[in-house]
Amino acid sequence: MTTAAALPSTARMGLSRGKVEILQFSRDRTAVTFSFLFPAMLLLLFGSIFGDDYDQPGLSAAQIFSASMIAYGIVSTAFITMGVGIATDREDGTLKRLRGTPVTATAYFLGKLILVAALTVAEVAVLLAAGVAFFDLPLPTDAGRWFTFGWLLVLSVVACGLLGIAASALVRSARTAGAVLNVPVVALQFISGVFIHPITQLPDWMITVASVFPVKWMAQGFRSVFLPDTAAGLEAGGAWEHGRIALVLLAWCVIGSVLCLSTFRWTNTRDV
Amino acid sequence: MTAIEVRGLRKTYGSRSAVSGIDLSVPHGEVFALLGPNGAGKTTTVEILEGHRRRDSGDVRVLGQDPAVGGRAWRARIGIVLQSATDVADLTVAETVRHIASLYPRPRPAAEVIELTGLGDKAKAKVRALSGGQRRRLDVALGIVGRPEIVFLDEPTTGFDPHARRQFWQLVRALAAEGTTILLTTHYLDEAEALADRLAVIADGVLVAEGTPATLGGRAGAGATVSWTGPAGPVSEQTADPVALIAKLTAAGDDLPGLTVTRPSLEDTYLALIGEQR
Repeated sequence: MTTAAALPSTARMGLSRGKVEILQFSRDRTAVTFSFLFPAMLLLLFGSIFGDDYDQPGLSAAQIFSASMIAYGIVSTAFITMGVGIATDREDGTLKRLRGTPVTATAYFLGKLILVAALTVAEVAVLLAAGVAFFDLPLPTDAGRWFTFGWLLVLSVVACGLLGIAASALVRSARTAGAVLNVPVVALQFISGVFIHPITQLPDWMITVASVFPVKWMAQGFRSVFLPDTAAGLEAGGAWEHGRIALVLLAWCVIGSVLCLSTFRWTNTRDV
Repeated sequence: MTAIEVRGLRKTYGSRSAVSGIDLSVPHGEVFALLGPNGAGKTTTVEILEGHRRRDSGDVRVLGQDPAVGGRAWRARIGIVLQSATDVADLTVAETVRHIASLYPRPRPAAEVIELTGLGDKAKAKVRALSGGQRRRLDVALGIVGRPEIVFLDEPTTGFDPHARRQFWQLVRALAAEGTTILLTTHYLDEAEALADRLAVIADGVLVAEGTPATLGGRAGAGATVSWTGPAGPVSEQTADPVALIAKLTAAGDDLPGLTVTRPSLEDTYLALIGEQR
């Protein structure tokens, strides 16, 4: 009988899912090109249009965009890829197939997070390379800044990824997922000071709204890693506010976990 | 112990009743076919047994477990062959089978399953490059790689060419020979006749007949039609005892050119059964 063999652990199944997720994504050339090159293209456009017209010595607008755009890159890979990916899995039978196996929902999510983490690291590398190559973005030399970069990256990916899972419950079909999910993303980029710098140019109410969501804090955090400390005065709070950034992002990780556990559906039939 | 036990199963979608009180019992190791027209309730019934759909009422046991609360250990013992999945298009056959195998406690070796489903020379091919029949055989491979005790096949050969169907039947027979219980839904009568130990006909959400392919709907006891070509042309006669009729006809030493004896085909019986429901 079957009683003897133990079921594979969630961690092992999650790794197995992560492997095939990365394999599948890497073979979809359109997805690879679009998700990697789009944020880089935006960076090149914004950086070239606004160029050096910035009045602080030793700091160009292009360098500021290079730092802020990392937040956009993470939202685009983690949130959008996750949301669209789950909507697609629901439609093409991936989730229905998995539902009939001993896999756990957590292992499935783990696989997606592994994919999204790998994509984000690659995306951030592309953006940094573009910033360094075209706009003389200085890479930090002290360990403290890289440490900030590290925790910021991890919290950002986990928060955006979990929110992407939760958002996939609102998407009805894979065909419309990209369009639907991009609406909040693009709106947040504008009001969070990713495309507009300094953020203090925005009306106060916009900054207040943006401060509720993670993007403003992510962009602020990445600026704190790559820009000189004198630039902190241009932030809404007049400082880098690392403690607050960490708290807001952690809070979104928690909210994201709760939302995705309570809204996740294996299929798009309503009665299951 | 029975593999599947269903008592008084009901399921309603809004105001439409899809399944209105079904009883089924399938012993271990049996190939059981569920026949019925589109919309009769076959897929709803199977999806409830698979744990994919909730029922409104009735008692259901699959391998002794209620599918609505079937946990991981239970799912490791069942195999579901999907009807229309288009997933894993960018993986190869071997990668896909190995991955699904990794989710089970004691899977069959991936290579063995690929051979068994006749995909040996396609192991390194991308799934998107497979033909329709090959794709469905991959779905079977993924359904059986976990060494299930029971396999659900919901309309597995829809859209197959005749050659692919015969190959598929061989595969189902091979599984049955290993002792796997198989629940098959189909609207091909020849398929049910070729594969099933027993079958049931479902129409408008209720079972209208149950039996073996030979006895379904009183088929074995039904009258026969004896036809031959007489001096004045083709002749047909209905009789309950065809042997006696032929003996009588040939008693005078006459030849009976073009002699045939036919009983109602499974298809005739089936159409009569679902016709009663209409």
